[in-house]
Amino acid sequence: MQRYLTDRKRAVGLGSGRAGTEHHWKMMVSSMAIVVAAPVFFILFALGYQLPYAEATAYFGHPAVAITLAVTMVIIIRHVMNEAIEAAEDYVHGTAGQLTIVGITWASYLLMIVGLFALARMAI
Amino acid sequence: MVQFTLPKNSRIKVGKTWPKPSGATNVREFQIYRWNPDDGQNPRVDTYFVDMDTCGPMMLDVLIKIKNEIDPTLTFRRSCREGICGSCAMNIGGTNTLACIYGHDEVKGVVKVYPLPHMPVVKDLIPDLTHFYAQHASIMPWLETKTNRPAKEWKQSIEDRKKLDGLYECVMCASCSTSCPSYWWNGDKYLGPAALLHAYRWIIDSRDEATGERLDELEDPFKLYRCHTIMNCAKTCPKGLNPAKAIGAIKQMMVERQV
Repeated sequence: MQRYLTDRKRAVGLGSGRAGTEHHWKMMVSSMAIVVAAPVFFILFALGYQLPYAEATAYFGHPAVAITLAVTMVIIIRHVMNEAIEAAEDYVHGTAGQLTIVGITWASYLLMIVGLFALARMAI
Repeated sequence: MVQFTLPKNSRIKVGKTWPKPSGATNVREFQIYRWNPDDGQNPRVDTYFVDMDTCGPMMLDVLIKIKNEIDPTLTFRRSCREGICGSCAMNIGGTNTLACIYGHDEVKGVVKVYPLPHMPVVKDLIPDLTHFYAQHASIMPWLETKTNRPAKEWKQSIEDRKKLDGLYECVMCASCSTSCPSYWWNGDKYLGPAALLHAYRWIIDSRDEATGERLDELEDPFKLYRCHTIMNCAKTCPKGLNPAKAIGAIKQMMVERQV
């Protein structure tokens, strides 16, 4: 039946989804945030990386460090998740695509919660 | 779904090697994609040898010489032979371009000629551009006005006319769209660089009164936002245009009206 559609109808499809700009703008904003956040994250992490266990726990548990790392981690993981979902939309279609997007979302939030939990354990 | 291998009936095989021209001293090798839907065979690549001392400088000259003197079954589109009609777009030496304005000396070694990538092939070097043209039609490529004044000429300032430079020159050859990976994988829904460049040409036209409606129609995760600024379109455009810049400008307008 598909061949009886006119070329124009096939090109127009279901029409415009009237969406996309908000996602585009949010990705631009989080990109700009990551330009600042990523170096801060790596510097803070590097400063505590070689410390002995007790000092490292105290360092990462310090409210300023823990909150900065938590915020930065959330921004970066959310950004990467949205990029990965877009890549999945590009390359994996149909049911496999939907399952891939669910998997990416699940894995991203899991990573986020595990990171926040680890920081919370050290800070509280 | 992205495909990493060709289906069995699309795998390209080695084709016929045509004899070298006798007595010629300046001979060049050309490998050209051939496919005939009527013979039921897989696509093949035929090898031709052309006497360059009796051939014009452009790739279209080479193709016409092959068709006239070696193999009359070679099929390709051509018309204006000066980069205005956009008919002879094909992939030459790995680059989408117009055969009529692309010199054969721009490719080193054996020259490989294929149809525009990732499009259905009608025959040999002729791609099926039906969907591409329908997408162009869908962006309403005409001036849309609401008011009936002035009754005759609609004036435009020199500054506003300048905004159309770099846009109106597009000849719809499809080189850009068929070089775009996003268009390869999502060409059914993503409009592609050519259609979006034309869309911007009408959005930015000071005489057009349907700017909002045009932006409404483009605001879609696939129609517009599948452009990931890969920039293949700008790199390959045989007219030296920059569709990615036009797409960026549309995105900027979308943001401006919402934020």
